[in-house]
Amino acid sequence: MENLNPEIRNQIENELLGTVGRRYRQETFWVIFLGLVCAGGTIAWVIQLRKGLGVTAMRDYVSWGLYISLLFFFVGVSLIGALVSCVLRMSGAKWRYPLIRIAEAVTLSAIFFAGFMPVLDMGRPERLYFLITHGRIQSPILWDVVAIATYFIGSVIYFYLPLIPDLAIMRDKLTDAPMWRKKLWRWLAMGWEDNLLQRRLLKKSMLILCIVILPVAISVHTISAWLIAFTLRPGWNSTIMGPYFVFGALMAGTAIMILIIAKLRHGYRLEHYLTPKHFNNLAKILLALTAFYLYLNINKYGVPAFKMAKEEKAVLEDLFYGKNAFLFWFTQIVGLIIPIIILSFKKIRQSITWVVAASVMVLLGALINRYLIVVPNMLHPFVPIQHAQHGYATYNPTLIEWTITASSLAGFVLLIILLFKPFPVITMWEVIEEVEKRGEKEIGVENIVNFQNIPGHAS
Amino acid sequence: MACGNNCSCNNNNAGNQDNSRRDFLVKGLMGGIGAAFLSGCSTNDKAKHSDGEKINVLTHDGKLVTVDKSQVANFKPHISEEDVRKGIPGKKFVMVIDLAKCDGCGKCTKACNKMHYLPKNKEWIEVIEMQDSPEVAPYYFPKPCYHCDNPPCTKVCPVDATFKREDGIVAIDTDRCIGCRFCMAACPYSVRLFNWTEPVKPNIIETTPAAENVFQSKKGCVEKCDFCPHMAREGKLPACVTGCPMNAIWFGDANEDAVTCYDGTTTRLSQLLEDGGAYRFMEELGTEPRVYYLPPTNRTYNAKEIKIEKE
Repeated sequence: MENLNPEIRNQIENELLGTVGRRYRQETFWVIFLGLVCAGGTIAWVIQLRKGLGVTAMRDYVSWGLYISLLFFFVGVSLIGALVSCVLRMSGAKWRYPLIRIAEAVTLSAIFFAGFMPVLDMGRPERLYFLITHGRIQSPILWDVVAIATYFIGSVIYFYLPLIPDLAIMRDKLTDAPMWRKKLWRWLAMGWEDNLLQRRLLKKSMLILCIVILPVAISVHTISAWLIAFTLRPGWNSTIMGPYFVFGALMAGTAIMILIIAKLRHGYRLEHYLTPKHFNNLAKILLALTAFYLYLNINKYGVPAFKMAKEEKAVLEDLFYGKNAFLFWFTQIVGLIIPIIILSFKKIRQSITWVVAASVMVLLGALINRYLIVVPNMLHPFVPIQHAQHGYATYNPTLIEWTITASSLAGFVLLIILLFKPFPVITMWEVIEEVEKRGEKEIGVENIVNFQNIPGHAS
Repeated sequence: MACGNNCSCNNNNAGNQDNSRRDFLVKGLMGGIGAAFLSGCSTNDKAKHSDGEKINVLTHDGKLVTVDKSQVANFKPHISEEDVRKGIPGKKFVMVIDLAKCDGCGKCTKACNKMHYLPKNKEWIEVIEMQDSPEVAPYYFPKPCYHCDNPPCTKVCPVDATFKREDGIVAIDTDRCIGCRFCMAACPYSVRLFNWTEPVKPNIIETTPAAENVFQSKKGCVEKCDFCPHMAREGKLPACVTGCPMNAIWFGDANEDAVTCYDGTTTRLSQLLEDGGAYRFMEELGTEPRVYYLPPTNRTYNAKEIKIEKE
């Protein structure tokens, strides 16, 4: 295809730059609300720091609870960046271009909180630096620290690289911005002139990073799975944990991705960029992942259930018809089977509302599933629990724990919103370049060449 | 001028001492096993008054001399951080629990709690009721830390706060523990306890490194049965052994092939294990515990009275 008319190009850029620094009433409300939840969580954390972990419901049997469940959730969600930037790239899916920055923002926020959760869970957070001064490479926790740090740095770079040309556009276009912002953009754009050599170097480094970051991403979550799979505990002592975590994570990440682009589509008026094609394609991926996850679940629970070995029996009975049966069957039926059924219909996949509904179900199931992986197993150790003091043989999270959990989730969403604020959420230069090369249809954007002014939108 | 024991009196920081005053190496004539751990050095020979009691001591050049007891200070060897991490040289501690004798009185737990200043709700050695299958008679099962030779807990510790010593003990350094509780998740025997809140501190001063402290509870850190290394250094038995009137718990050194129980009977470990048909708890996990059990045959108590708590 031929190059775009400079005027159209200009309009696309203006439209996408429209969200930068712009205030939306609904968004401001959410930022304040999430900020308040985070403040509440901070207060709860200070209480926990002063009084010790005794303020939680965790005790000697259930020594890991909501915080570690949430750690697994966040590490998992962070895989979405690798899925969109690497897996889709390698499979040649051109429609990924408008999604890349959104996915990387989700990844950055998730991996940040994944690094934060273990600190919340530590009995002695002031000794955190011991991991460096006395670190022992034999321990999977050290591997986790190294993997999370590597993935965090890799994700920052992957967020930054495609941003450079966009920063140059901002530097050149948004001339009425405050001085400090212009200076910052100039500094961050690193003298981007959009010449052939720079483009070639940028694309090459993005390709290298894409290849390097995929094994890192998979290792990050496999290591979190190993934290529990390396223990001699019924239910955890299983070789399926690595893939079980990784695919559960990709599934949860895809669901979150769908929910976020659904919100951005109307909230940021990006209807032309985040189109039913994206929802449809992500729904297909979600369908494949939920189906595969169901298969993994059948293996994880079905195989030991057939044998009903002594130790596994207690855990499985608890899940199948014991105290946790409601949650377990909720994750299986509402979290997997119903989404698989509804996403199997082409008509439903093409309806954004239905895809969003399925994603909500999958996400809820995935969150509860993290809890079910951690807690019920801890309540059924090899040596039966006897003479337990009050509160030791059960786990009912306290208000402090719920507050900190809620504020971590709130902080995760808040950080995503804040990452969207200073930059255009769509990678402008890449989308324009690909539309020039392949046309709108393949990229999944609609009517951006035949630009129509959207009402209420600054140009 | 090393005095040949764990004592590091040469580099002791007591500035008022000089070499001439440290010529004595006391071979403590203590009863019981492992008396060699007790060593002492003379400190101040003019301040003490004589009470007439004599004691045999070995000088550094190998002469046995008799001196007044007041000449010798009640010296405890200085134990360095390194000594604690290495363990007591030449030892391999081992415990044997005779389930036929244990009547579930819980005195081992009480003695342990007293020794380690533990509140009632903490049990380093827990006596649980076991029933292997519905038709067989139940029995009492004291469960200390097994001090495994292939310990799952030390493998996962990210900061080397819990470690395996050469004398077989798995110890915890509460000055190092970061409270991640990975070791608790890794222990298949649910032996480890966590200090969820600030523990009540006893009014004692301890000079040994944290891993050999008698009082080990520290907020935000893990604790568990430590085989009483402070007692072993003095050649004494752990609190649970000296607290068990049923003679159900034996403790000793596998290198010496000797174990001792409450009434002072010392027997050959290998013979005891062989005659009693000993086994280790959950051998199939491959953790190689250092605690052996003798099966509950010919029980000395009425097993029918045991009630098993159902989950």
